[in-house]
Amino acid sequence: MKKSARVLLAMVCVLLFAAAAGAETIKIGFNIPLTGDIPKVGEMAKQSAEMLKEQINAAGGVDVGGKKYMLEFVYVDNETKPESAVNAALKLIEGEKVLAMVGPMGSGRAVPAGEVANNLKTVMVAPWSTNPKTTLDRPYVFRACFLDDFQGPVAAKFATEQLSAKTAAVLFDVAQDYSKGLSEFFKKSFEELHGAGSVVAYETFTTKDVDFSAQLTKIIRTKPDVLFTPQYYNEVPLIVRQARELGFKGPILGSDSWGSAELMGLCGDDCKGQYFVTHYAAAGAKGATKEFIDTFNAKYGQIPDDVGALTWDATNMALAAIKNMGALSGDLSKDRDSLREAMASMRGFEGITGTMSFDGTIGDPAKCAVIVKIDDAGEFTYHETVCP
Amino acid sequence: MLETIIQQGVNALQLGSYYSLIALGYCLVYGVLLLINFAHGDIFMVGAYIAFFCATAFLGHYGLIDAGMPGWIVLALTVPLTMLLTSGVGIFIERVAYRPLRLKGANRLYVVITALMMGIILQYGNLSMLGASRKAFPNLVPRVLFEIGGATVTSLKLASIVTCFLVFGLLQWIVTRTKIGMAMRAVSYDKFAVPLMGIPLDIVIVFTFFLGSSMAGLAGLLYAMNFPVLDPFMGALVGWKAFIAAVVGGIGDIRGAFIGGFLLAFLEVFVAATFSSELRDLISFTILLGILSWKPTGLFGKPRTTKI
Repeated sequence: MKKSARVLLAMVCVLLFAAAAGAETIKIGFNIPLTGDIPKVGEMAKQSAEMLKEQINAAGGVDVGGKKYMLEFVYVDNETKPESAVNAALKLIEGEKVLAMVGPMGSGRAVPAGEVANNLKTVMVAPWSTNPKTTLDRPYVFRACFLDDFQGPVAAKFATEQLSAKTAAVLFDVAQDYSKGLSEFFKKSFEELHGAGSVVAYETFTTKDVDFSAQLTKIIRTKPDVLFTPQYYNEVPLIVRQARELGFKGPILGSDSWGSAELMGLCGDDCKGQYFVTHYAAAGAKGATKEFIDTFNAKYGQIPDDVGALTWDATNMALAAIKNMGALSGDLSKDRDSLREAMASMRGFEGITGTMSFDGTIGDPAKCAVIVKIDDAGEFTYHETVCP
Repeated sequence: MLETIIQQGVNALQLGSYYSLIALGYCLVYGVLLLINFAHGDIFMVGAYIAFFCATAFLGHYGLIDAGMPGWIVLALTVPLTMLLTSGVGIFIERVAYRPLRLKGANRLYVVITALMMGIILQYGNLSMLGASRKAFPNLVPRVLFEIGGATVTSLKLASIVTCFLVFGLLQWIVTRTKIGMAMRAVSYDKFAVPLMGIPLDIVIVFTFFLGSSMAGLAGLLYAMNFPVLDPFMGALVGWKAFIAAVVGGIGDIRGAFIGGFLLAFLEVFVAATFSSELRDLISFTILLGILSWKPTGLFGKPRTTKI
């Protein structure tokens, strides 16, 4: 009995030593919505990050200046709430002492969390946040996607040219930074194309609403050619269905928030035939993108959506910047600063959703947008690419 | 213009039917026990999930039954089963959470707090058991669009509205015309004297929870069919609004809950229709506040004198 206890103690000691010896790790935090309104987004991001971590750790870790570091990822749930995203950022940066933070995903959370990351001088890479305010005047905040002041005009132009719309209506959540910002950009550029008043209805609701019939009735009475609704996958099915039930027959155009793998499971037939603007199209992908999709599909049994792809890119980009740092000093605030410099001087990073460069002044890469059509089988099929 | 008003009226009737059905549940329990059952909104959520599992099971999703049953039979089976199972949940909550406190003679305040906790337990219990991802309620019956006076209405919306009126009629009949209804009113009047008259208090209370929760189950089913995206927190906001509707209508009176639900829905829809939709809750709840300060007991409520 006593002997076995001693053996056990010795084993624990050995293990502790081993852990201490192999403690050269790089810690990256993920501020993602694992519960709340858009849990699929958090799940996808986590799966994508776990896959990347496994691949890199299996290959011996990240090589920084000739020294190998193992990756350690910490996931904190932000419940799809702005206040929780701030807490999650504080927890990761102050508590977990991460070198960099990936996320939050949507702008509603990324804008407030970006403030925290910037104040605490920690690099944050938002994979999926398209609102300009996320990175504005925040040297420590970067993103891996295009912006809404690009997406809005793309949607307006697409509605004009391909859906031959002369009037448009907008329905959006006024309590979401993302939806509100993008709706404003869409309205502005649509009215530039068709003159003031061509956005015939501009209706709002608030998060958690499920009945949009009052707003949609108003919208339908103005007879718009197209309905633009930059909402998340949990609201889109209700909006589309209610619009059809109230007699709207025109096309419904969406934004990158539509592109979740869970959209079609909730929306069914109602969403078929609609278009939305997004970051990448899984169908017909080539090269590294296809490889990512195939590996992901083999591992998790589903096609990664744009959140999965952008999380992959954002994390990879942060890792590439870490490699470019040359060496880690071990002093966290110094390392965070030099990581920021490495990120800001990142040029021509080849991601699976496109090439990304930062010009050193702001953390926004210039990227192309893809327009996707939901076909009759419910697949997101590639329609066209629009570049800035 | 008239068409728009009719359409918005139909929209309000549909929304109001959910508020009313839930408010009726609040009202029944309050009327009998003077207990505000704050878990009621979450019992409604549980009802929607029970309906989801019943419907998908009958459609053959879990391999319990062969697929291929027509949708209307599935619906016909789902309705009573959902109501029964949801009322089971309500009775269970009464048994484990409220009755022990009542037997110990705890102040009503503690029971109300227990109800709040019960609601949170239901929400997070669901979250941990089923995960955060949304459930899509299957289409059971084909959607048929009708045109009435320029307004479009679906068969489902009509069904919700008609069901709500029928349920109201049924409850009104039970409470005012039957023996058990008389017992319920008696318990409401004096909980201590009633057992002395040979009325089984516990049975009356269980029956009240049975009625209230089955209505929540029915509302959950109809709601899920119309808004087919289910999540564990779907009951919270609707529950609060229905509770407010019940209070404004005069909590404790069935007509009050019924009218209150529709009043709230009409206010919400017509404020959103005439003003900006951002102002919807602000204006509609200000009006409700005005009604309450004019008539603190609600539209149909009667002031009660405190008994010593």
